Amino acid sequence: MDILITGLLLGGTYALIAMGLNLQYGMARIMNLANGEFLVAGGFAAFWFYTAGQVSPLLTIFIVAPLAFLLNWLVYVVMLRPLVKRAKSHGQLEVDAILTTFGLAFVSVGIMLALFGGDYFSYSYLARPITLIGDTYALNRVTAAVAAVIICGGLWLWLNRTRAGMSIRAIAVDPKSARLVGIDVPKLSALAFALGGAVTAVGGALISTFLTLDASTGVLFTLKALVIVIMGGVGDVRGTIVAALLLGILETFVATLIDPGLTLAAAYLLFVLILLFRPQGLFGRRTT
Amino acid sequence: MSMTKRDWQSITLSAVLLAVAACLPLTGDAYMLSIGITIAMYAVLATSWALFSGPTHYISLATAAFFGLGTYTTAIGIENGLNYWATLPIAAVLGAVLAALVGLATLRLSGVYFVIFTLGLAELVRQVVTWGQNVSGQKGLYVLTDITEVHIYWQLLVLGGIVYLTGWAIGRSRLGFALRIIGDDEEVARHSGINTSRAKILLFMVSGATAAVVGSMLAPRYIYIEPALAFTPMLSFLVVIMALLGGTGRLWGPLVGVIPFTLLWEAISASFPNQTTLLLGLSFLVIVYLLPRGFVGLIESGKRRMREREAFA
Repeated sequence: MDILITGLLLGGTYALIAMGLNLQYGMARIMNLANGEFLVAGGFAAFWFYTAGQVSPLLTIFIVAPLAFLLNWLVYVVMLRPLVKRAKSHGQLEVDAILTTFGLAFVSVGIMLALFGGDYFSYSYLARPITLIGDTYALNRVTAAVAAVIICGGLWLWLNRTRAGMSIRAIAVDPKSARLVGIDVPKLSALAFALGGAVTAVGGALISTFLTLDASTGVLFTLKALVIVIMGGVGDVRGTIVAALLLGILETFVATLIDPGLTLAAAYLLFVLILLFRPQGLFGRRTT
Repeated sequence: MSMTKRDWQSITLSAVLLAVAACLPLTGDAYMLSIGITIAMYAVLATSWALFSGPTHYISLATAAFFGLGTYTTAIGIENGLNYWATLPIAAVLGAVLAALVGLATLRLSGVYFVIFTLGLAELVRQVVTWGQNVSGQKGLYVLTDITEVHIYWQLLVLGGIVYLTGWAIGRSRLGFALRIIGDDEEVARHSGINTSRAKILLFMVSGATAAVVGSMLAPRYIYIEPALAFTPMLSFLVVIMALLGGTGRLWGPLVGVIPFTLLWEAISASFPNQTTLLLGLSFLVIVYLLPRGFVGLIESGKRRMREREAFA
C-alpha cells in the first residue's frame, strides 16, 4: 500500500513530464531528445528562486512556464522549422530532428554546467510528513503530485474542449488532412512544441522539490518520458497518464524491494514488454 | 564475385596505407602511439557503426554498451583463468547476441524506437553491472596482462583491416544491396520480397560484435576497470559524430571524420576540460545544418564541380 501510493505520487509528476513530450512528439511531430534538459532547467530555476529569494516553487512555475514557452517556440521556429521544410520524407526529418535536439541537449548541459557547475542541487521545501490513509508521506511529494494532476486536467480540458486543442489533436491524427480542413499546421505545430516545453519545465520545477537533480540528469528523464509516451500511445493523453502511473509504481517497487540503482532497468522492462506485445500503445489500435 | 582493376587498386592502396600506419610505433614516441591507439579505436568503431547506420539511417547510440560488454568479458575472463586471446571471440559472440536481442525487440518497428532503446542501453547495462557488483560485493576489476600499447595498436589495425574487408564484401553482396534499398524506402524493400528485419538485425550484429571486440582489446590499456569507465555514454556519441562528420556514404568516410575530430577533441579536452559537452552539442548541430553529408559529401560535390568546369571548358 505504501509502495502503491508513493508510486502513484511519483507517477503523477511523470505524467506531467510525459505530457510535455507527447505534445512535442505526438502533436508537433518532433522527437525532442532535449526535453529532459528543459526539465532540469525548470528545476534549476525553482532551486535558484527558492534559495535566493525564498520564492515558493509553486509560484516559480508561473515564471518558468512562459519563459520555457518562449524558448521552445524560438527553438522550433529557428532551428526545427528549416528541417521540416528541407526534409524530403518523414524518416529524413526524424533523423535530422533526433540529431539536432540531441546536439541541443548537449549544448544545454554545457551551458548549465558553466552556469551552475556539476554539483547535485537540492533544497528543502515542504519537507514535512503528512498522513494519508494511515501512512506518512512527504508533503512535497503530495503537493507536486496534486499540482501535476491539476495541470494535466487543465491540459486535457483544453485539448478536448477548445478549438485550438481540437486542431492540435487533428494534427496528431493526420497532419496532411488537417491542412485540408483549414488548420494552420505550421503555426499550431510551433504552439504545441512550445507548450510541451513549458509543461516539461513546470514538471521539472515540481520534481525538484523532492528529487535531487544535477546538470546532466536530463537524459534520464527524457528516456523515462519517451518510454511513457510510447507505452501510452503517441498522441494519446489518457494512455500517457495511465502509463506514467504504471511506471511510477513499478519504479518505486523496484527501488524499494530490489535496488534504487535499477530504476532505469525497470523502465526498460516495461519498454521491452510494450515493444514486444503492444507496439501501438496501451489503448492504440493496430494500424494496417 | 569478380574483381575489377579498380577493386585491386583500392585494395592495394588500403594495404599500403595500413602498412604505413603499422610503422607508427617505430617512431618510439609514446604520445604519438597513445593518439594512434585512440584514432585506431575510433576508426574501427565509427566504420563498423557506419556499416549498419550508413545505409539504413538507423542511428545507434549504443556503441558504449557493446564496448563495455567486451571490456568486462575480457576482465572477467582473465580473472577466471582464461587466456586473453580466448576472450576476444567470446566478446564477439556476446556482442552479436546482445545486438540480436536489441534488434529483435526494436528493429521490426519504426526507427525511432531503435534510437530510443539504444540511447539508454549503455546506462541500462551499467546499472545492471553495478547492481551485480553491489550484490557480489566487488568494486572493480584488474586486467593484468603482458600486452603493451604497441600490441593493442597493432591488434586494432588488424581488426580495422577485417572491418574494411567485411564492409567491402557486404557492399557487393545481396545483403548490402538489400540494405541500400531499405535505406531508400523500407516499404519498397518489403514489397520486393526482402526480409527487412533479418537484414537489419544481421548487420547490427556485425556492428555490435566489432564494438565488443574493440572493448576487449582496450581492456588491458585501462588496467583497472569499473562500470562508469567501461560504459561511458560519451563514447557512443563521439562515434556517431565522427562517423557522420566523415560521411557514411563511403566505406572510408568515417575515417576522414575520425582523424581530425580526435585531434580536435584531444586538444579541447586538454585545454578546456569543462567545455567538452558544449563542443559535443555544437558538433551535432554543425553536422545537421552545415555538413549533412559529411566531408565525403563536400569532397564529392567538389569533384563534380571540377568535372563540370572541365566539361564546359
